Amino acid sequence: MSYLIRRLEFFFITLWAALTINFILPRIMPGNPAQAMIVRFHGRVSPEAVKAIEVAFGLHSNESIFQQYLEYLRNTLTGNFGTSVTFFPVPVGDVIRQGLPWTLGLVGMATIIAFVLGTLLGMLSAWRRGGFFDAVLPPVFIVISAFPYFWLGLLVLLAFALTLGWFPLGFAYDLTDSINLSWSFAGQVIWHGFLPALTIVVTSIGGWILTMRNTMITTLAEDYVKMARAKGLSPIRIMLMYAGRNAILPNLTGFAMSLGFVISGAILVEIVFNYPGLGFTLLQAVHSEDYALMQTLFLMLTTAVLVAVLAADLLTALLDPRTREQA
Amino acid sequence: MAVRVVTDHVSVETAVVSRRGIAGTIARALTANRKAMAGLVLFGFFLVVAVLAPVIAPYDPHALQFGQMLQPSGAHLLGTTGTGQDIFSQLVFGTRESLLIALAAGLGATVISVVVGVSAAYMGGLWDHVLNLFTDVFLVLPTLPLMIIVGTYLNNRGLLVLVAVIVITGWSYGARQLRSQALSLRNREFLEAARARGERSLYIIVFEVLPNMTSLIVAIFFGAALYAVLAAAGLQFIGLGDPNSLSWGTMLYWAQANGALLAGSPVWVLAPGLCIAALGAAFALINYAFDEIGNPALRPVRRRK
Amino acid sequence: MIATSTRPLLQVNHLCVDYLTDRGPVRAVDRVSLEVNKGEFLGIVGESGCGKSTLLFAIARLLSAPAEISSGEVWFTGHDMVSMDEDELRHLRWRDYSVVMQSAMNALNPVMTIAEQLADAVGAHQSMPPSQLRARSRELMRLVGIDPEHLHSYPHQLSGGMRQRAMIAMALALTPDLVIMDEPTSALDVVAQRSLMLKIKQLQREFGFATIFVTHDMSLVSHFSDRLAVMYAGQVVEIGPTRDVFADPKHPYTVGLMRSFPSISGPRQPLAGIAGSPPDLGHPPSGCRFHPRCPQVFERCAKEEPAFYTREQDLVRCFLFDR
Repeated sequence: MSYLIRRLEFFFITLWAALTINFILPRIMPGNPAQAMIVRFHGRVSPEAVKAIEVAFGLHSNESIFQQYLEYLRNTLTGNFGTSVTFFPVPVGDVIRQGLPWTLGLVGMATIIAFVLGTLLGMLSAWRRGGFFDAVLPPVFIVISAFPYFWLGLLVLLAFALTLGWFPLGFAYDLTDSINLSWSFAGQVIWHGFLPALTIVVTSIGGWILTMRNTMITTLAEDYVKMARAKGLSPIRIMLMYAGRNAILPNLTGFAMSLGFVISGAILVEIVFNYPGLGFTLLQAVHSEDYALMQTLFLMLTTAVLVAVLAADLLTALLDPRTREQA
Repeated sequence: MAVRVVTDHVSVETAVVSRRGIAGTIARALTANRKAMAGLVLFGFFLVVAVLAPVIAPYDPHALQFGQMLQPSGAHLLGTTGTGQDIFSQLVFGTRESLLIALAAGLGATVISVVVGVSAAYMGGLWDHVLNLFTDVFLVLPTLPLMIIVGTYLNNRGLLVLVAVIVITGWSYGARQLRSQALSLRNREFLEAARARGERSLYIIVFEVLPNMTSLIVAIFFGAALYAVLAAAGLQFIGLGDPNSLSWGTMLYWAQANGALLAGSPVWVLAPGLCIAALGAAFALINYAFDEIGNPALRPVRRRK
Repeated sequence: MIATSTRPLLQVNHLCVDYLTDRGPVRAVDRVSLEVNKGEFLGIVGESGCGKSTLLFAIARLLSAPAEISSGEVWFTGHDMVSMDEDELRHLRWRDYSVVMQSAMNALNPVMTIAEQLADAVGAHQSMPPSQLRARSRELMRLVGIDPEHLHSYPHQLSGGMRQRAMIAMALALTPDLVIMDEPTSALDVVAQRSLMLKIKQLQREFGFATIFVTHDMSLVSHFSDRLAVMYAGQVVEIGPTRDVFADPKHPYTVGLMRSFPSISGPRQPLAGIAGSPPDLGHPPSGCRFHPRCPQVFERCAKEEPAFYTREQDLVRCFLFDR
């Protein structure tokens, strides 16, 4: 129980930190987002739009900082993120809502695949020390995991889309079509999403393979694994129930915390493939100096990672009976 | 960006190493490790190129006098850019800045990691809890969006800003590992002996504890350098670096801006990317090698004949 | 050799175990030969590092890299275990022989309940309907003196003594002929130790299994064992009926060991240790391995390796007994 309380504490504190960073940044950085917007639109901005920006940042110069902070928190937590400069006059919330499902789908799918595959391969590689997996996998994946996500994306694009023509050059679906719930559309989504997903999987899987392999090697030296051998249990059962199940425990939360890195890389992949997700949105926000959009994206992504971390913590508590009793 | 999974570093009981013996032990361990040698050779290669850039590059990288978007040929080994600059020369000179960013940011992040991680382990109690939380928060925050935001705010896109942004987002991973190992060393007997001799805490930390964490610190340095290479590349690719500076990442930015891939000049994109990947791979290999040095169980098992 | 009318249950012949290190193979067990008869309690004692645990795991074929059996035979129920592969061994494991380890906290899977781990052990060799399995599990718990309620506990929820008993219950689940125990009482306090030993002895009388019991605690094991083997630097130096070895130790090392344990009853004697320290197994002494520390050493000891010499019912690896 106290374990969960500590994890919840972490959840809320990090969320608060992200919110506060968003609040502090415009104040300590040179430049004023509201001014930037006015300049950009050459003064032809409606008072409502300026107000909207100020709402997003709590920039009321006539109130105390503390009051501005509270105002900002209230707005943010009720979903009032201000208006986007890039897609003026669409509210930031709506812009995000459009790109979110694409990013969630792509990154979510790719991460799950990478995690499952990576964990299994890591287990196998540790199980058969001195075997093919153990000799080849670590160095290969050390090198691959050092590749920049976007460069691998470019390579993949070059090889499979441009040269071989097996896959489309980008975007999430055929531009001549529109979003609908048909099989052909679903097929398009998969076809278009295959290369970006492949890029994410290949680059992120290395870290998971290596970490799982390392914990597995340590676990395999434990007495209870020896005991399982002594009992004459089948090797598969030993690998999964005795070694694997224990090896994965310390890694679960760590895996979730790495999502921050994965998301960072996925953003770049989206940019390379013109995938209409949040990464692409972020790029456009950068080019238009759309601070409201950028900061809200940051908040969204942080929340996503935190939720994943909390889920992993719950899973750990479920799988490890010892955590449930920690003082 | 490489995924570095966050786990508590498996603290293995390392032998107490005398200060004089550290360099020797490390040198011996490195030469025996194939991954380390490969990584060091690669790293050394880039160092040499950076130092000897004016000698190796055939042309002035900024010179705009050549034909545009030329294909690789005898005169231009890797072709030319959209504004008529020699790609190969750019690549060679770009090594300097890319290497500088990686090492400077790596060093900065490592220093902060050591300070935060070790002091958290030593001060214990509330300080430990607070520093830990601080570390974890930074660990979890998606770094690229944060770097992008800060980078956009700071319109001065100088090298210092780039390095600073990378350092601020990159120190947390190492701090966690260092704290974990410092904790395990804290109660070892040789420290008790030092305390019994009346040494001050700071002295103990610097002269007794840190030398025993050397392999981990070096591993973290290379891990941070790896992160820096990829982060810098990512930021510059998006356009947040100084577009007028010359490094591999900015080359990629210009290549992408000119649609190099689709316009039939893929070399412009592939070459700098390959260098980034190679330097990153060098750091990754050395980093992993130091992990193996610290934890012998991870070393490759020799097959029985 | 000790005369027996029936073939011994376990016969170990010249078993050698090497650790493959960077500096070359280090011999941890050197040509050990011994036998265990049906229902017999054999104790193996020695200092830390003398190779007794390695010997035990070698016999049980549970060694892991970098240790490996380099030569010798282990005959058990008519099979030479050394030449069998994992698949063949699996048929013998737990059914014919089982293992009890030193620390139950480490030897029990922390994420499975006792019941599940018991079921695993049984289920690997027999298929039993769940109700029968449950009944058998409860019976086993009662046998070792644990409330069957604890079947549904996780290892960390039990006390040290209870965990150890749970391990023994598991070891007996398929009523094996031989139970190999590696210092099962070392992690317990003195009271729990004795109560566990009594329990083991009682179970042994009831079920008739043989035991090889490894420990560094000579006085503890001597109350319960039928025969005693003393190991030093990877070799057996003395082996014989407990009464003889304990009351009349012959090998100078055994003598030294006896004098190192103070006796609560009996006259007060100054504690004498054994001078020197155990040898580096990478470079063992020439001739008799104990000769650098032996108070009765003479010229031959450094030159030749002593064989086993018989004295009454004991075997002693010492030239003093070469007639």
